Amino acid sequence: MSSMPHAAAGASDAEASEGRVYTVSGEDWDEIVAAANEAGDFESGERIVINMGPQHPSTHGVLRLVLTLEGETVVEVRPAIGYLHTGIEKNMEYRTWTQGVTFCTRADYLMPIFNETAYCLAVERLLGIEDRIPERAQIIRVLMMELNRISSHLGGIAPMGLELGATTIYTQGARLRERTLDVLELITGLRMNHAFIRPGGVAQDLPPGALEAIRVFDDTAVQLMRELHTLIDANPIFVGRNKGIAYLDLEGCMALGVTGPLLRGTGLPWDLRKSQPYCGYETYDFDVPVRDTCDAYGRYLIRMDEIEESLKIIRQCGDRLAARGSVDSDPVMVQDAKIGWPAQLSLGPDGLGPSPQHIAHIMGQSMEALIHHFKLITEGFRVPAGQAYAAIESPKGELGAHVVSDGGTRPYRVHLRDPSFTHLQSIAAMCEGGFVADLIPAIASIDPVMGGVDR
Amino acid sequence: MSGPEKPPKAGPEETQGSEAPQGPKPPADGPAGADGNLPARLGEERLNAPVVRRGMFGVQGTPDTSGYGLLRVHKAPPLDSPRPYGSWFDEVADALGLADAIERVVVDRGEITFHVRRERLPEVAAKLRDDPALRFELCSGVSGVHYPEEVGRELHAVYHMLSITHNRRVRVEVGVPDADPHVPSLTGVYPTCNWHERETWDFFGIVFDGHPGLTRIEMPDDWKGHPQRKDYPLGGIPVEYRGAKIPAPDERRHYQ
Repeated sequence: MSSMPHAAAGASDAEASEGRVYTVSGEDWDEIVAAANEAGDFESGERIVINMGPQHPSTHGVLRLVLTLEGETVVEVRPAIGYLHTGIEKNMEYRTWTQGVTFCTRADYLMPIFNETAYCLAVERLLGIEDRIPERAQIIRVLMMELNRISSHLGGIAPMGLELGATTIYTQGARLRERTLDVLELITGLRMNHAFIRPGGVAQDLPPGALEAIRVFDDTAVQLMRELHTLIDANPIFVGRNKGIAYLDLEGCMALGVTGPLLRGTGLPWDLRKSQPYCGYETYDFDVPVRDTCDAYGRYLIRMDEIEESLKIIRQCGDRLAARGSVDSDPVMVQDAKIGWPAQLSLGPDGLGPSPQHIAHIMGQSMEALIHHFKLITEGFRVPAGQAYAAIESPKGELGAHVVSDGGTRPYRVHLRDPSFTHLQSIAAMCEGGFVADLIPAIASIDPVMGGVDR
Repeated sequence: MSGPEKPPKAGPEETQGSEAPQGPKPPADGPAGADGNLPARLGEERLNAPVVRRGMFGVQGTPDTSGYGLLRVHKAPPLDSPRPYGSWFDEVADALGLADAIERVVVDRGEITFHVRRERLPEVAAKLRDDPALRFELCSGVSGVHYPEEVGRELHAVYHMLSITHNRRVRVEVGVPDADPHVPSLTGVYPTCNWHERETWDFFGIVFDGHPGLTRIEMPDDWKGHPQRKDYPLGGIPVEYRGAKIPAPDERRHYQ
């Protein structure tokens, strides 16, 4: 395409250098087609460039797609991103290591726990405390991650139906997602962007009643998943619009750096939880769902199966936590006085604050504890210089955090390798040559979240 | 962050592992005072390295009551791990070979990093991808880092490779100067680097030669400047709260 400028946006029918520019502002499509037919523009082989703009109900967020169409066939699709860029990585360079968690959690906002975990694993590797994270903290991390995996997958499956026009699939998927968010709210206090996983462990222990709530959630989830399967799996329209669509085989995945459900949809059972386990995943009993159809429907089935596997892991986490002793002897933060966040929050008559036991300890019993408390909260811990890359299996794919430290109290550089960012590159490979209508299920099967794409 | 106190020696590589050329005075005369307890050579190396941090709280002069005002932190020499590296790192290093393309190898915290000359980067990447003993099929992308005090090698491009066959990870790092920030593109070897290289160009200004379409990806297309460099401001306005003005996050005092 030449680089001559098009006519200005206000012009409705101006002659541009590459052909007529039609500004569509809410007319019916057949009016435009009729006008163009009169002008003799829509002959076979005539191409139009359409902007599927950042504001669109079906593009999974603020994603702009510049489509070159020949009739209904997509000849070229060029994604444009950056509409949600908020400078998360740069902001993290001006906050302490613990405050950085509150930033990185907002990257992919549908899987915040995974952002936090990737960042914290990299920081812990730099600190050298990877093997000193308390086991209770590891179990809680796995529990939170699997809960988030369920909510993230549903946050992808439900819109899959919505974008095809099936609102019921969305509302039914949202039902289960809301139950998951309720459990997350009970444990962390927030429905999203929890900032719960901190370097060294976890911010808070589980509140009383959490294990019971998880058991109730499990029963509800089993039943709601059965309903979702009945609603979606054999739905002829859903199957018709997703089967055989958005084909990306193993070679394509390797070349484009695609991981996660898309890669497992090609037949390769690659899951970082199994091959490079972290947080104790090697001790849990779960399977890795795989399909070999390489299409959107296969990816949907993989996500549904992964939800079932996550429920399995959550049950095991609940059993382990129930089997452990009382809370007092079971820390959730690394027991290093120079790194682990000192206080546990508790609710007192004057509101939320450090627990009275902790206040009594630092004010009355131990000067060192007071000093550590003060230095950790004002200065933060120092991380020895170096760099680390920690990758975890997030619901979207391989989520990596490349963290560079210069020995100070702030990260020198944090880069989040987001799976959605990498996978959006593959839209062209999946959709060029297909129909416009197949773009929507293709993007839905990638399940990109623009917060992670743009950061 | 303050600049170096003395004119830095030509590149950090020279200070590491080499005799200090001018044979400076014994450490007891050094600015920090009683360094007579340090072994002579270590003390000389450290004291000749440029100063990267002064004090602790970012405040110079009178209001600094931290007690750390005279602290001078010298730049650490770049690591170069000696052989044997341990576990499977030696195997990978031997299979890769290309000793003239690799400037140094760092094995740290269970990860191996190959610092590669920029003109040999595509060759190294192709070998990492194709050699049966290496088979690093997946590239996780490019990450840029800006080290303004590393004169001559300010901009680093960091690549992470994953081998599914052998279940391993390596890191490849390239350092280029600010004056000539060109790195050969790896889109021919790993097509996934396409958008990652665009992002690194957008945020750091590293030009990837041979990239099919190196344009801005996150920032608006006509943006000037490269935002994630250290000399680019974070932005933000001072916030007034109860009569005091709190400056933007990049202008606040902080522990260094």
